[in-house]
Amino acid sequence: MLSLTIYISFIGALGIAFLMPAKAPQLSRILALLVAVAGLAVGVAGFIADFHTKGVVILTDKVWVPSMGIHFLLAADGISRTLVLLTGIAAVSGVLFSWNIEHRTNEFFGFFLALIGGVYGVFLSFDLFLLFVFYEIAIVPKYFLIAIWGSTRREYAAMKLALYSFVGSAMVLIGLLASYAESGGHSTGLVALAHAGLPVGFQMGCFPLVFIGFAILAGMWPFHTWAPTGHVAAPTAASMLLAGVVMKLGAYGCLRVGISLFPHGLDPWGFSFLGMGSWRDVFALLAVIGIVYGALVALVQTDFKFVIGYSSVSHMGFVLLGLVTLNQIGMTGAVLQMFSHGIIAGLLFAIVGRIVYERTHTRQLAELEKMHLSRRMPFAAWAFVVAGIASMGLPGFSGFVAELQVLIGAWAVKPWWVAAAGVGIVVGVAYTWRALQKAFFSDAKPSAHELEQEHAHPFAAITWPEVTGVVLLASVSLVVGLYPKVLLDAIEPAVQALLAGVGR
Amino acid sequence: MNYTDLFRATLPETALEVAALLVLLVDLGLLRRCAVKFRTIVAPLLGVVGCGVALLLVLQQGTGGLSFEATHELLLATGGFTAVAQAGVLVLTALTLLLVIDTDFTKHVGEFVAVILMAAAGGLIISAAQDLLVIFVGLELLSLGLYILTAFAKSSGRSAEAAMKYYLFGGMSAAFLLFGFSYLYGLTGSTNLHQILVGLYAPNDAQAGPLLYAAIVMIGAGLGFKVAAVPFHLWAPDAYEGAPAPAAAFIASVSKVASFALLIAITTAGLHVLDGGHSVMGLVADQSSTAPVTHYRGFRIPWSFVLTVFAVASMLLGNLAALAQTSVRRLLAYSAIAHAGYIVLALASFSYSPRSAGAVLYYVLTYGLTTIGAFGVVGVVERATGSDKLDAFSGLHKRNPLLAAVLLVLFLSLAGIPPLVGFWAKFNLFAAVLSVSNDAIWLGLVALAVAMSAVSLYYYLQVLKRAYVLPAVDEAPIRVSPVTMLVLLAIAAGVVFLGIFPAVLQGWIAGFYPGM
Repeated sequence: MLSLTIYISFIGALGIAFLMPAKAPQLSRILALLVAVAGLAVGVAGFIADFHTKGVVILTDKVWVPSMGIHFLLAADGISRTLVLLTGIAAVSGVLFSWNIEHRTNEFFGFFLALIGGVYGVFLSFDLFLLFVFYEIAIVPKYFLIAIWGSTRREYAAMKLALYSFVGSAMVLIGLLASYAESGGHSTGLVALAHAGLPVGFQMGCFPLVFIGFAILAGMWPFHTWAPTGHVAAPTAASMLLAGVVMKLGAYGCLRVGISLFPHGLDPWGFSFLGMGSWRDVFALLAVIGIVYGALVALVQTDFKFVIGYSSVSHMGFVLLGLVTLNQIGMTGAVLQMFSHGIIAGLLFAIVGRIVYERTHTRQLAELEKMHLSRRMPFAAWAFVVAGIASMGLPGFSGFVAELQVLIGAWAVKPWWVAAAGVGIVVGVAYTWRALQKAFFSDAKPSAHELEQEHAHPFAAITWPEVTGVVLLASVSLVVGLYPKVLLDAIEPAVQALLAGVGR
Repeated sequence: MNYTDLFRATLPETALEVAALLVLLVDLGLLRRCAVKFRTIVAPLLGVVGCGVALLLVLQQGTGGLSFEATHELLLATGGFTAVAQAGVLVLTALTLLLVIDTDFTKHVGEFVAVILMAAAGGLIISAAQDLLVIFVGLELLSLGLYILTAFAKSSGRSAEAAMKYYLFGGMSAAFLLFGFSYLYGLTGSTNLHQILVGLYAPNDAQAGPLLYAAIVMIGAGLGFKVAAVPFHLWAPDAYEGAPAPAAAFIASVSKVASFALLIAITTAGLHVLDGGHSVMGLVADQSSTAPVTHYRGFRIPWSFVLTVFAVASMLLGNLAALAQTSVRRLLAYSAIAHAGYIVLALASFSYSPRSAGAVLYYVLTYGLTTIGAFGVVGVVERATGSDKLDAFSGLHKRNPLLAAVLLVLFLSLAGIPPLVGFWAKFNLFAAVLSVSNDAIWLGLVALAVAMSAVSLYYYLQVLKRAYVLPAVDEAPIRVSPVTMLVLLAIAAGVVFLGIFPAVLQGWIAGFYPGM
């Protein structure tokens, strides 16, 4: 049933792009919302239906290219189902926050839904070739979404993002071809390749190629630089998708392809270089640097959206750190963090990019400081307070559970990772408060003239799509934070099976 | 081969020649007083019919009936990769002819179509040729046609210049080729590919080595010119830029398919010897000796080396030079050089199994299809704006959304983005390379190819960025005549369809190999 999400999105994309009249944007919007809601509904239904299923559920298995052993194989385990759910929520809220797109509306939703379809496809593919196809399908819509509808240096950011993605996928493709050839060229199925018994040395050589290839899209330091520029330049819905699901594609690839295909890839090298004894040490170090670096850079940004952009780099560091712990609790935390960050980053970008920027037409914190937004836009201010608290990782929201699990998992491997990541958390509190205070709660007293101006030019009222989107995202984060079992029960058995598969 | 066999084997070529003469007769005779517009419709359609008849004959030869066992006296092969390449040549020629219908660069439509058909006949011959002399005759028939086609826009100075460059380079490379052939003949005393390669298998090492090297380099130069491999690519950007759009499409697709079929024939013949094919001919090589085969002994290793050098140089130079282009035609020329690099890489790592030949053919055919479409779009934009510069494509999505969508599909396919056919062709090609050998060297070369195709995305996106992102300077809609639009849509649909169902074409190609 879950495979319907892919078909619905692609058919919706084609339909909106080619069949809808250009003169009636409202119609396209409603149709796009219906498509996104349908995808989410299927995702939720699939999640509930297989809630107690522990293993992998095959959804579709058709021979695609018989001579090369390529199958159109769609399947889902708990991790896939969780991320499909995330994609559905991101799609619905993305459409809601794009309600004000008037320029080339049909094309916008066409590209948007094509991207969503590709993302669903990646999360549900259990054939490496198929996964790669969907992974690359997602690149092109990103480029056009940013280049056509973006802001600040949009062409530069779009090209940078496209090239980073494509270089990453080229690395993955080389790894894919090499493992396919090494295993004898019989099948590209993930399970078949994982059981092909690739030589240990080959795995150690191929693993970093594939892992880094995917991790580029997950924003791993030092390959993260596409993320802040891309997030800032993108239109709101695209930023929400980039941070919300596209970065998760990378992390998911690291997990599903990198770790499960090359179980020996993280083994010790047998020697030590600069204190690094295995790829695991290297990637953990990069993840920790990403956490701290992202947070520190976010602390000094003058552009509101850049703060969120760098915070994404920091939060994705937790995902990568969780993945390389290779233990049950750390990896469960990583998957939960993917979900949680997808929701929270989406909410933050929505508030900054849509609710605030569309009314103030500036994202500079120094200018926002003079606008008294907490008084003039109380809804935005309080929404950001909620989102900020969630982003900081305060208990009660999803981020807390996820990051805590990652840290516990990491502690079991190397306590200093946790100590360093802790610095990132502390700085995270600081940059969130700083942004919150500067943008919304500055204590400058308005002069009489300013009050008059404000009265003469009030901000446009908050619209229903905005309220719906904020409530949807905030409540999901809250529900998962208060009752994480709803996702953990799906994620844990899947992680357990995956770890058993790689012999840990 | 006796004359009856030869006649039967050359039936498709005969059909094309008859069609060419018929076109001349009709255009210059019956329709002499008719409007150019009308003649521009009749002549290409007649040509398409000729291609259709020839295609039927090729398919009939390929799937049964005609086969010749005695390879040592074979002049023309049938079936196998020959049939696939010939069918490709004919289909692509027909598509090119359909794109001629709406053009207005010449009043001499009949001649233009006739020359295209004759060049295509040359393409059919080199796709099938198994003998040095036949190869040379076929190549010249093709090449002379191409020079004329390039020069056909008589009012355009660039067209004349391009043709002159093309002709001079072409003449030189033909001389090289002939020179190399003469060495091969001198070394082995035969003009039959298989006999030559058997003869080369164990020649007198001390004497034959350097001569063989010289011959291989000369032949490499001659054929490298045909496929526009670096360092013999210099003609390509000029010819692509100056030639009339249908002629450029023909050069970029049909001529490529035929030339690569020839390269497959030579490479296969070389392998045939090593893989025991020689015993079929009653010639037994010394296989009992365990001494390692020295590097110049035999054809395969130096040949493979020359091809590898071409491949690496073409991939690097083609992709990097394309980054700097401002003319879309020149961009397509450099991209063609890059694509030739990928294909030559697969030829360098060739195996006797139909897998390698299948992958190369798959790539060439689909690349030819995509390129014809790309030149079709360029031709339309050029006629509307008078320029093929990148900026001429600005705002295309507004001026003609359907044309922009076709451009999007074709260029993304060239860049190798799934689910379009270009991606599958690349994957298939590289997988075939690694299925022969996946040691560090080949893995490195494939990695280079994949990395270079990541570079290529940049310049393809430069065009698409103009078409979709930048605002139009002139927002007047671009009108496309229904026939051209239909052809372009069919090509785009083919690119999408073959990308989503790659097994269709792959199975069709495999169908011509009885062993698979």
